[in-house]
Amino acid sequence: MQYFVQQLINGLTLGSIYGLIAIGYTMVYGIIGMINFAHGDIFMIGAFAALIVFLILGALFYSLPVVIALLVMMIVAMLLTSMYNWTIEKVAYRPLRGSFRLAPLITAIGMSIALSNFVQVTQGPRNKPVPPMVSKVYNIEGISVSLKQIIIVLVTIVLLALFWYLVNKTSLGRAQRACEQDRKMAALLGIDVDRTISITFIMGAALAAVAGTLFLMYYGVVVFSDGFTPGVKAFTAAVLGGIGSLPGAVLGGLMIGFIESMWSAYFSIDYKDVAAFSILAIVLIFLPSGILGRPEVEKV
Amino acid sequence: MAVTASPERDIVATPMQRATREALYAGAIALGLFVLFIGLKTDQNISNELILVQRWGLLAIVVVLTMAGRFLYVAYGQPFLANQKIVDVATGLLPESVATRFFRLPYFLAAIVTVAVLVFLAGPLDGLLGPGLAGYARFLRALAIIYALASVLFYFRTFIHAHFSALGITALTLYPVIVVLVLALYGGSVAAGFQGSLKWVDNFGIQILIYVMLAWGLNIVVGLAGLLDLGYVAFYAVGAYAYALLGTHYGLSFWILLPAAGAMAAFWGVMLGFPVLRLRGDYLAIVTLAFGEIIRLVIINWREVTNGSAGISGIPKVSFFGLISFNVSDPNYIAKVFDIATSSAYYKIFLYYLILGLCLLTAFVTIRLRRMPVGRAWEALREDEIACRSLGINTTTTKLTAFATGAMFGGFAGSFFAARQGFVSPESFIFLESAIILAIVVLGGMGSLVGIAVAAMVMIGGTEVLRELDFLKQVFGPDFTPELYRMLLFGMAMVIVMLWKPRGFVGSREPTAFLKESRAVAGSFTKEGHG
Repeated sequence: MQYFVQQLINGLTLGSIYGLIAIGYTMVYGIIGMINFAHGDIFMIGAFAALIVFLILGALFYSLPVVIALLVMMIVAMLLTSMYNWTIEKVAYRPLRGSFRLAPLITAIGMSIALSNFVQVTQGPRNKPVPPMVSKVYNIEGISVSLKQIIIVLVTIVLLALFWYLVNKTSLGRAQRACEQDRKMAALLGIDVDRTISITFIMGAALAAVAGTLFLMYYGVVVFSDGFTPGVKAFTAAVLGGIGSLPGAVLGGLMIGFIESMWSAYFSIDYKDVAAFSILAIVLIFLPSGILGRPEVEKV
Repeated sequence: MAVTASPERDIVATPMQRATREALYAGAIALGLFVLFIGLKTDQNISNELILVQRWGLLAIVVVLTMAGRFLYVAYGQPFLANQKIVDVATGLLPESVATRFFRLPYFLAAIVTVAVLVFLAGPLDGLLGPGLAGYARFLRALAIIYALASVLFYFRTFIHAHFSALGITALTLYPVIVVLVLALYGGSVAAGFQGSLKWVDNFGIQILIYVMLAWGLNIVVGLAGLLDLGYVAFYAVGAYAYALLGTHYGLSFWILLPAAGAMAAFWGVMLGFPVLRLRGDYLAIVTLAFGEIIRLVIINWREVTNGSAGISGIPKVSFFGLISFNVSDPNYIAKVFDIATSSAYYKIFLYYLILGLCLLTAFVTIRLRRMPVGRAWEALREDEIACRSLGINTTTTKLTAFATGAMFGGFAGSFFAARQGFVSPESFIFLESAIILAIVVLGGMGSLVGIAVAAMVMIGGTEVLRELDFLKQVFGPDFTPELYRMLLFGMAMVIVMLWKPRGFVGSREPTAFLKESRAVAGSFTKEGHG
């Protein structure tokens, strides 16, 4: 039982990170119907930005409270990735918005390749380890919960609450939901569609940057190719939860996190990704539009 | 860095002002994007701790270059392009007018003379210029040769356009012969010709043709049937491992295993096809991607059979139907049979013709299938699945045959790949490969075989050329390795080509069969109020 709860906590931590990335995928998909393949690399850029800021802070200040350091890392990473995603959307996706469906997918894959190789070229191909920032571990009745995990879950909950408020209660969120339903009609009603889409990309990137910072803090290492696997898993999570649905993305992220940690705990750690992908395929056979996704209405 | 300005300001601002403003925006954005990533570099010091290295000079250069590029584009590029369209309409000269101005007889003659001078005086010039400038001379020579060839192609463009397939196949068939002949003349002996041809036949010829074949195979799934497959590399892997395992363990010949590998890949194509039958669009994309990853992860982790990440080595070579072998130790080794000098180039040339044959087979089957009911059904499925179903087409078998046929060609290409490399490891079958193949299909203009071949040549050949640019080391210093930038440039090229030609190089995605004119109705039906 203790072992199970322990795995549950590990899964929750992992799932939070996946969920944060998955929101970016699902929002972009919801609003312009494209798979933003570069999103995983935006996450990696966020982790790298956090790493560089961490090193700058380390060089400038002798000792800085961890909370402030983490906060600064997150904010800088958010700003930087927002700028990247904003630029990418302007340069690579916007000109192809009216084009056929595969065109922006190809530019997104191209951007993904370009971004990870850009980081490889500028920052070097090696693993970048950082000294542990937070190392406190609590022991509650045989279950060890590290402070890192608590931070990750807390930050995720706070961000999700903020994000929920932004999407459901503000005019910006209303504009976003309107664009999601019908872009042309939204434009006719005076919503600046281009701006709304840009903001969607910025929001997705900011959440991915937080995920990147948390990832760096949790694992203590980052490498230029780190964008791919978490990116694919987050995308899997978004699809599993029903792409286009925000609660679905979080739910899918948590599910993937749980599947992974449970599978590596009870079966084999080598096949944890195989398990996650297989469960995705099985779920989609029975629920072709994900768990919380709206079934597509077929029109002729 | 497309920065849109409000229309009122566009009217007021002169092009120069606009260009300056845009350049400043671009510079600010570039500064923001690159300040952390180019301005600072994370590096390990001796005690393995991360430290920051400052590179502000490089950052300044990159930002200034971005600004200059944006300025030139807005100030001169955009007006030029806009102007070009106007001129074209006025004179009736269509977009070729730039090209006709670029390819002129005097320029062509100048290029020929440059090539001749540089080739015949190569020895003395190298001594005269020193090693640094000689690199530039070689680069100039290459440029001049490319220009001369392009001029010839341009001059005969209508002829080439009319007989593209025949000319293309002839050129591909003669390619190794020409390479060997040219290099033999240049090097002065036949042996030198064969030795020098290795790089050209292997790196350029075989490498590009493998991708052509893979892209043509994927084209059946994506281009014809309209099913987005992001995990095509899985079938390539199945084919490669089928040949590698059966060839090394049971010593079976390539010619038996080629169909076997194709059949196995087709079987896996059907296996993938079943669960995804009900899925559409992007759900299909993620499941195929997941399938590709599952196959790769299983290969990595099933160490007893696949030897994990270490891969399988010592895969037997292909023989010419058992008659002629390419192993030096065999009694029927090619050099012994024909009594010629030993060279590893024969095997490469043989492989070149083998993959060319496989490519042509793929093209032939694709062209033929498109005229058969199943091919028509694929295209109908691509255009409209619901209409397709209402016309009584069985979408299940249509989808499954598309997956199976596409996978089979992937399997063929995979077993060829294993035979060519003599070594397979999971690293060759990463998602990036699927993405590259898909990019070639889309950039080629889905469904067009010629366009896909051109796209493969441009994208794969272009990145291979980067390996050859040694003279850049003289410009950027000896530490500069062009290979490092290969994938960065590949990714950027994918974006730029897509923006430039969103419909692909040959953008005709029309169904093979459609109603060209409305059926003429006999006069007797119409005249008395019958319709």
